[in-house]
Formats: sequence, structure tokens, C-alpha cells
Amino acid sequence: MTVIDNQTASNESIAAGNGVVGQRILRKEDPVLLTGEAVYTNDMVVPGALYMAVLRSPHAHATISSIDTSAALALPGVHSVYTGADMADQWAAPMPCAWPVTDDMKNPAHYPLAISKVAYVGDGVACVLAETDSIAHDAIELIDVNYDVHSAVIDLESALSDNVVIHDELGTNASYTWPLLIEENDGDCQKAIDEAAFVVSERYVQQRLIPMAMEPRAVVAMPQPFGGDMTLYSATQVPHILKVMTALTLGIPEHQLRVVCPAVGGGFGSKLDVYAEELLCVQLARTLKVPVRWNEERSENALATVHGRGQIQDIELAADADGRLTGMRVRLTADMGAYLQLVTPGIPLFGAFLYAGVYKLPKAYDFSCTGVFTTMTPTDAYRGAGRPEATYAIEHAMDALARKVGIDPLELRRRNFIPKESYPYEAFTGLVYDSGDHDKAASIAESLLDYAGLRARQDEQNIPGSTKRLGVGVSTYFEMCGLAPSRVLASLNYSAGGWESATVRVLPTSKIQVVTGTAPHGQGHETAWSMIAADRFGVDPADVDVLHSDTAIAPLGLDTYGSRSLPVGGVALTMACDKVIDKARQIAAHQMEANEEDLEFSGGTFRVAGSPDREMPLAAIAFEAFTAHNLPEGLEPNLEAQVTYDPPNFSWPFGTHMCAVEIDTETGNVELLQYVAVDDCGNKVNPLIVDGQVHGGVVQGIGQALYEEARYDDDGNLQSSTLAEYLVPAASDVPPITLGESVTPSPGNPLGVKGVGEAGTIGAAPCVMNAVVDALSGLGVQDIQMPASPLNVWNAIQQAQANHQETNQ
Amino acid sequence: MEVSININGTQQTHDVEPRTLLVQYIREHAGLTGTNIGCDTSSCGACSIHLNGEAVKSCTILAAQADGEEIKTIEGMADADGTLHPMQQAFMENHGLQCGYCTPGMVMAATSLLDENPNPSEEDVRLGLEGNLCRCTGYHNIVKSVLAAASV
Amino acid sequence: MIPAQFDYVRAESAEEAISLIGQHGDEAKFIAGGHSLLPLMKLRLAQPSVLVDIGRLSDLSYIREDGDHIAIGAMTRHMDVETSDVLKQHAPLLAHAAGHVGDPQVRHRGTIGGSIAHSDSASDLPATTLAMGATYVAKGPNGTREIAAGDFFEGFLTTALAPDEMLTEIRVPKMNGAGWSFQKFNRRAQDWAIVGVAAWRNGTESGVGLVNMDSVPVLATSVSAAIASGASIEDAAAEAAAQADPTGDLNASVEYRQHLARVLTKRALTIASS
Repeated sequence: MTVIDNQTASNESIAAGNGVVGQRILRKEDPVLLTGEAVYTNDMVVPGALYMAVLRSPHAHATISSIDTSAALALPGVHSVYTGADMADQWAAPMPCAWPVTDDMKNPAHYPLAISKVAYVGDGVACVLAETDSIAHDAIELIDVNYDVHSAVIDLESALSDNVVIHDELGTNASYTWPLLIEENDGDCQKAIDEAAFVVSERYVQQRLIPMAMEPRAVVAMPQPFGGDMTLYSATQVPHILKVMTALTLGIPEHQLRVVCPAVGGGFGSKLDVYAEELLCVQLARTLKVPVRWNEERSENALATVHGRGQIQDIELAADADGRLTGMRVRLTADMGAYLQLVTPGIPLFGAFLYAGVYKLPKAYDFSCTGVFTTMTPTDAYRGAGRPEATYAIEHAMDALARKVGIDPLELRRRNFIPKESYPYEAFTGLVYDSGDHDKAASIAESLLDYAGLRARQDEQNIPGSTKRLGVGVSTYFEMCGLAPSRVLASLNYSAGGWESATVRVLPTSKIQVVTGTAPHGQGHETAWSMIAADRFGVDPADVDVLHSDTAIAPLGLDTYGSRSLPVGGVALTMACDKVIDKARQIAAHQMEANEEDLEFSGGTFRVAGSPDREMPLAAIAFEAFTAHNLPEGLEPNLEAQVTYDPPNFSWPFGTHMCAVEIDTETGNVELLQYVAVDDCGNKVNPLIVDGQVHGGVVQGIGQALYEEARYDDDGNLQSSTLAEYLVPAASDVPPITLGESVTPSPGNPLGVKGVGEAGTIGAAPCVMNAVVDALSGLGVQDIQMPASPLNVWNAIQQAQANHQETNQ
Repeated sequence: MEVSININGTQQTHDVEPRTLLVQYIREHAGLTGTNIGCDTSSCGACSIHLNGEAVKSCTILAAQADGEEIKTIEGMADADGTLHPMQQAFMENHGLQCGYCTPGMVMAATSLLDENPNPSEEDVRLGLEGNLCRCTGYHNIVKSVLAAASV
Repeated sequence: MIPAQFDYVRAESAEEAISLIGQHGDEAKFIAGGHSLLPLMKLRLAQPSVLVDIGRLSDLSYIREDGDHIAIGAMTRHMDVETSDVLKQHAPLLAHAAGHVGDPQVRHRGTIGGSIAHSDSASDLPATTLAMGATYVAKGPNGTREIAAGDFFEGFLTTALAPDEMLTEIRVPKMNGAGWSFQKFNRRAQDWAIVGVAAWRNGTESGVGLVNMDSVPVLATSVSAAIASGASIEDAAAEAAAQADPTGDLNASVEYRQHLARVLTKRALTIASS
């Protein structure tokens, strides 16, 4: 195996203060996480709390004909039992979908407990409150529900036939069709296809995935019966959004609701939602005036927490004789699942703008997406959210085009790259890409992998009769990050903005407090935000504390998802720091009787230019600001500033991934021999954290390519509902990952950063699948459905051989 | 029934239902919540602890089965003076954790691995951690951490 | 995650265990390491009313030479089977296969007797011991009896053990230098085999056990018959699926399982013959 890199981080020998950004600083989050001291929601000790368990539908599609809760109620230790009908009049509004992508989008009313009909296996039917978790689980087994069972709707295309309509009141299973037609003149896309030297028409299926954050969800709702306040503790990545939505859905005055995320064990988009159990716990705690808690079990998580992906992609590329793209048509069918969750319908739209990847495409683009209801768990954001799907389609189709043109896939990509001189580059969509150097990223990957060497080895190894075939995969990507300019979101009908807030205060003793509206759940914001502030102020990151994830402490924010925290929240922080420094400068100038323009600020101290003996450290200014005994006329006491930053543009990380696989054609087993990722996310605040994000992202992409799939049977039962069946890869199943360094700063923000949370995942699935098909194309295999499990690979080889024999006869 | 277990050097006795899993005993009765629960099929390893010095999955053992035994949880790894166990230190120095949820189980499995094989190869480490799932790190830095701890 | 209610009793001796299980009847179950039973109970797929804990019967944890075979106490943990010098010397196939059961944490708790008595055909050790021609020793209220591995596995999770009988010992013949191989094909290292093959060969004699190829572990006697009659490995391996009746699941179709059995048998025999 490849030797693991030996770059290590340390907090010794790193200069504190200005210049700390860009260094490999150890995480301040780690000591509590490493020792068990961290408190996750389910770790909370809550005296007097009732435990909730939810009875879930065992049927994919059924009408509830009767529910008998008497046996459950009779069980000692059971406090109460509620059905959907019992609670029907308690909701001020149905569960929220914040993204009505079209004006005529169909959105069925969705309540925390189904009232008369269930629409997927796992749909909540009733809930029990009991003295212990065990009793609550015993009790749900005693609830007797009679169902009138209807046919399940699993297949997207047959769902569109409306033979079985899931939500009667809608009259159809189609939720919406959202078109994006970009042409200079009418018919340009069709014309490009008609006149193309090469046309590639492909169909790809993005299998459903289960996010499987290691911490399942958990909720504690803590009421204040007499005071009227309510605190919701939840394993969520969106405390601020959750607060607004909970207030609206339950009719709670928003100022009396506080949302807190204790330590959160990963999210990957699955905790970017407003869930039934959050609403149930709050509502029951409010009515009963006692704390109510719920913790999700893993097999319950597989049913009750959103899934990701689930798309059929029909993509047509038109290219000239050299393989340069001249037009593209994309038709998407997107699986919404049974209901629209918070941003379900908008997920494919994120991809709509990325189908040309890092390539030049004329205005000859015809995209349309239809969202379809099925009787499966609702889908929503999962790491990359729409962007991995789009990248997969273009990158896998580029390989198909390369085979058709008869050139090396890397060469085909190079011919189509947007050249670095063209940045900032206005793409066919009208969006402006901030910066990029695709040839550089590709060249670094090419040399790290030894691309040429592998191609030569491949020629030797992939000879007729060989049972170990080598494949080389390439994938490039552009990611649309930094969600998002609020005006752009408005144009997409998104119901919220994309700004982020930061507050910075220098305490009287000169320690610095940063309050951020981002809500980290593993990303290391406490460390990175400390570094940004420390860098700005010229102090030690250890003297900076970062407060977050509690709406009482950080009331303004739009949370963490879509690789937005650094390019939006981090930039807001930078601006807030600068505002505080400006104020400190006024105080320093006043105290030292100097002109503000003559003051230099470094290492945490203001100095008068040319008079090295006249200086004032931040500590002194902070205390002056606190006592307010001698401030400039009209200046408010204290050193504090708040900034809300709405980015003018998205940021555009990009990169190239390459890998080598060896396929055992006798068993269909794919072994990943080598993996190289070059992810250019602009400037890095802490390269240690950036590397970690890429490593993890890559393995989730490998997971989609080779291991993971939420499989349903024809009756709508999830067959992979535990971690024994849903194959999250382990250390023994993946290779080490070699990272290449490429830094192309974003000119769009003062930090020059772009975001990195999803990059690895976006690049990895197409890279691995391109390698798999590359290994087998010599046997006549055209494509393989993800995941490239041994069974799928073996079947594809058998099919290709059968076709071959047929052709020869 | 009464169950008495030596946890991190302290003898604890609690009255529990027979069906109480060891992980519930640790979390709910002994009040040590560092040990996490990540699945219900003995697949993820988040609940790994040491039973009589060896890593086991505490979700697949009844508290009753551990009656009279000695266990160690993540809370028992660092010294009382605050010095981290070398494995914890290695995870910190090599960024072997992100969200931290799998981390206590990883640390317990990794220390048990080194007890049995003090000089593992990279492949030994990867195979030795086959029973522990992490969704954040891609394992790269976890493997690096364990190899670093082995070389201390 | 939380099993249904049950009563728990701990046996201090094999005799007491058998007497306890007799008292509590059909709804009672033995629990040793618990790594086969507890996962089912946590998902409430199994709901025994009484568990008789035999995990403390340390006198049933041993590995010792006994003439032409090795005797292994039923309560011997997988980790102890895997690392046993006696087994590495005389029955390396079994030691090696035990190292593939589950993951290290599972191997620290799970026992060879528990695995065989649970008789999941997807488990590694039932098929391996079957291939080796093992004999299982069962103890009941009327004393002990020996059951040949070939007579032990009767159907899906059912064995020749009477409800009040307990598996106490596994006897595997010494391999006497025979070549061997254990081929476990799975998607992740921790998973059960999609198909597994345990094989040994000593000249014209051989034994081939198949994991997860039927509702019971399979002894591929037609492969051994072919080897005995001088067939090539390739031709013998072609018989691998002849006596198996596999089912399809998420990871394999029936046809693919049959194919894998042949490929893995070929590989195992090639190694065992070298």
C-alpha cells in the first residue's frame, strides 16, 4: 500500500498572531471529544423527562383504518399515547418545505404523525411517552393498527404514469417540472446535436443513499411551564432555520423559543431539516409541561431521516470533430420520496448549473427536471446535494465521449477546459466563475498518480484472458459553494437568504469572543474561526473563544451546509474583526494623541509610525473600552461589532481526482489501488482540516461508487436498513488518499477562500466509476450501475460476453 | 437484578433489568456517556470498550454478563492530571477525528489492537479497525494516528 | 436496540445449565458470547423468555491435543482459536478461519460453540469444521453424545441438538500437514461471506465446506469425489455448487453464488494443492 504522508501538525513552533492563517494548527475541539467529555444530545441528563418512541408504518402505502392504543396505555410506565388523529388540530401549519421551486409545484400536506394515510415504510403513525426508553419501545409494539394496504410506488418512471397516485388530493405523482433553457437563439441546443460530429446519449441512475452520520438524531424539548419559554436541544446542523420553522409550524412565539445543538456527530445534509420528532417533542413538552426526549435508533434512522441522491439522468452531449462540447441536453427525473422535506425539490436545481463542469459550453443547453413522489423515505440534501449528481453525469459522459472520439479521456478534458486566462469567466448560465486553473490541478494529479505509467501498465496487463484488469479513472469538477447570494436564491424561489452573521467582541481582559451563525458538527470551526480572529488581531488562537449553535447566544445565522461556512461565515468574521480593529484604532489614537492614519497594528499592538516608543496593546484598549473613562467624544463603550455578510457571488472550488482500480473479472471484485485528489479550495485557513474534509469526502464518494445503496423491494420495504446491510466502508475497505496541493485564491472575498466540505465527495464517485468502466471497456462493457458491487460488475461482464457472442454469430 | 462492575477502577453496583445492555449500563447507570451508540447490529464499533483488557462492543453484551468483571471506558484513558493517553494524543496530533462520535470507540479498539500487535503495518491497522465505522475522516488520519501511537 | 424483557440465569456448571434449560422449556435459550443471539434480540427478531448464561463455564474453554484430533471447548472464543499454537500446528485451517469471523471485538467475545450451535450457514466456522470432518460433543440430561458434523446441521438455524442439550466440545481431526485454504468473499472485511470456501487436501483426500450456499453449511462431497478420482482442480471445482441450493439476496443472485462457489473452490484447491 501507498505510504501515508508524513506531514504532521503541532502547536509548537507555530507563531501566534498575524500569519497564523494557513498553518496546521491542532484542533481545540479535540480534547473534549477524545475523552468522552463532549455532550451529545442523547448524553444529556434531564430529570423528569418522558421518553418518546414512534410507531412507524410497516407498509409503504396504506390507509389507516383503525388504531387501538389501549394495550400500550395499560403497560406500567406508559404515560400517554398519541395518534396522528389525536394531534391533528395541534399543528399551526404542515411540516415546512422552504423551496417551492415552481409556482405550481405540488406539495402534499405533511404532518409529524400521519393522520389517515401512510406514504412510506417508516412514516410515523403514533407515539408513546413513557418513563423509560425501554418501556416506550415495549409499548409501541402493543399498538394495534389496521391498514388498508395499497400498491407501493418504487420505480420513478412508473410513478409518473400515475397508475397509482400516492397523494389523492394532488391527483398526480409529479411534483413539478423545472426547466432551464439557455440558448442564444431558439433551437440552438437541438441544432448543436443535429450538427455534431459526435453525440453521446447516456442514462445514469444515481442510486438512493443513506447519509448515515455516525450519531443518529436525538431531541430534548425542555419547557418552562410558568415562564413560557421552550428550549429545543437537537442533533441538527441548522439551529437557526429550525427555530424559525418550529415557531411557524407550532405557532410558538419565536422569541420564546431557543434552539441549542450540543455536540453533533456529523450531518452531511441529513441534519439540515425540520423533522417530525423535533416538532412532536416540542409540542408534547409544551402541552404536558414536562421535558420530552427522543433518540433515534440506527435502523430507525435509515427509515426516518432523509435519504440522498435518487435521480435518473438522461444526458446528451454534442461535440465537434475534436471532441469540444457544442451543446448539451439533460433530462432529470428526481425521486422526492413520499413528501417534500425542507429543501427536497431544490436539490436537483443546484446541479442544473454545473452540468458543463469545468468545460466551455456555448449557450446551447437544455435542462429540465421533474420531481416525482414515490412511497419511500423523503430525499433531501446529502453531501454535495445536486452537485455530485451533475458532476457524475458530465464526467462519466466525458469518458463515453472520449471513447467515441477515440482519444485519451484526460486529453479530451484538456481540450475542453476553460483556460485560466479567462477568469473571472462568465459561463453559459450567466454565472461568473471566480478563478480556476484546471490544467494545473490535472497536471498535479497526473504526476502524483503516474498516469502515463499506469496507462503503459494497463496495455501490458489488460490482455485477452487476463482475469485482473487495470482501470484508470479521471474526474474533474467545479463546485458551486458559498451558499449563497440571497438575490440568486430569490431567483430560484428559495424562501430564505444566504447571508451569514458574525459578532466579535474583545472582553475587558482582552480575550476575544467570536459569535458565529454557522453551526459546526465536526468541521472544526472553533479552531478555524479562532485562527481567523487571531490572525486579524495578531494574538494567540488560544485567546479566542468561538460561540455557536445556540440561538440565545448566536441569535443570527443561517447555519452550516453547502460548504458555505468559511466563504460566507468566515468572511463575515473577518469583516467583524476589522470593524472592531477600526474602533480600537480610534481609541488608541485618542489615548496616544495620534492620528488614526499614523497607527500601525500588528502583533496585537498599535504603534505610532515613526515613534516606536509610543504603543498601546489591545489589552489596554480593551480595558479602556470597558471602563469608558476616556473614550473619544461620541464613541460607544466596549469593543464589539456585528457583521451580516451577503456574498456577491458563489465561490467556485475545483479540482481533479484520479484513481487506479484492479478488477477481478472472475468474481467482479473491484480493488481500489490508488487514489489521488487535487482539490483547489482557494486559500486554506487550516490545511490540516482541509485535508481531513477531502479524505472524508472522497471516502463517501467511494462509498457511492462501490458500496452503498438504499435498496427497496417491490412492496416498498427498505432492505438495507441497518449498518450490516447498508455498506458504509470501513478502514479495511478503502485505500490511503494522496492529496496534491493547488491553491488558486478566490478574488471574490478578502480571505480568498472557497469552501471544501463537499469537494471530495463530488470528485470521487465519477472518478472511481470511470476507472471501473475503463478497466472493462476492452471486454465490451459499456457501463455499470452504481454501486459497482461485485454482483453488478460480474453481471455486466456476463452481459458483455453474451452480447459479444451474439454479435459473432 | 444487581450487577456489580469495576469501571475505570471503581466498583459500581446497580439494580438493572436483565435486558440491560452493557452500553446502557455504562451510559445510564454509571453515568459515563463518553461511550456512544451508533447502530443496533454490532456493526459500527462506536460503543467499543475494554472488558478485562480487550476491546469489545458493549452493545452486544448484557450488563449481567459483565457482572463481576473489569471494564475500561474512554473516561478511564487519560491520566487524572489531564495527560491524554498516547493514543488520544496521537489522534489529536494527526487529526484522526472530526465530529468525534466514533472516536471513543476507535481509541478503545486501537489501543486493544496495539496491545495485541505492538508493531502493526498499515494494513494490520486497517484490518484491525474493520469493526469500527467512521463517516467523517475517510480513515486516512485514523490509520496515521494509530501508526503514530505505535511508534511512541 | 432494546431487547424485549426476559429472565436471566447464570449457570455455574454444564449440568446446571442443562437442568435450567430443561426447567424453562422451549422459550429458553443458552447465551455464551451472545454475538449471534443478542443482535437478533436487539432487533426483536428473537424474544426468548429466559436466557441461561453459560459464558462463565471456563472449564469449557480449552484447546488440547487428544490423540488424532484436537479438542476445543465450546466456550473457547474465536480469538483464542485464531491464536492457538496447537491449532496453528495441527489444524491451521480452523485457526485461520476463526480470524475471519466478524471483527476483533466480536472475536474477543464470540465462541466457537455459540457459532456452531447457532448454525447460521453464513457463518465461517460451521462450514469450516464441517469440511474438516469435525465431531461435536453434546451434553444432555442423559449424558453426552457425539454428533458427526455431517449429521448436525438440519435446516435453517436448526441442528441435531435437542432443546435441553448443550454443545460442549468440538473435535477436529489433525490435518497432518494437509494443504488448506480459506476463501472468504465479502464486500467489507467485517461482513458475513457472500460465499466462503474452506478446503483442505492431502493427496487424493480432501474436504470442501461452503459458507452461505444453502440454508445449512454445505459439504461439497462431489468435489472431493472428483479429486479422489484424479480429476483436475478445474474439473473438480466445477462441481462445487452441485450439492448446494443457494438463495439470492442484496449481494448475490443464485447464479452468481454458484459461480462464486466454483471460482473460490478452484482457488482454494489450488492453494491447498501447492
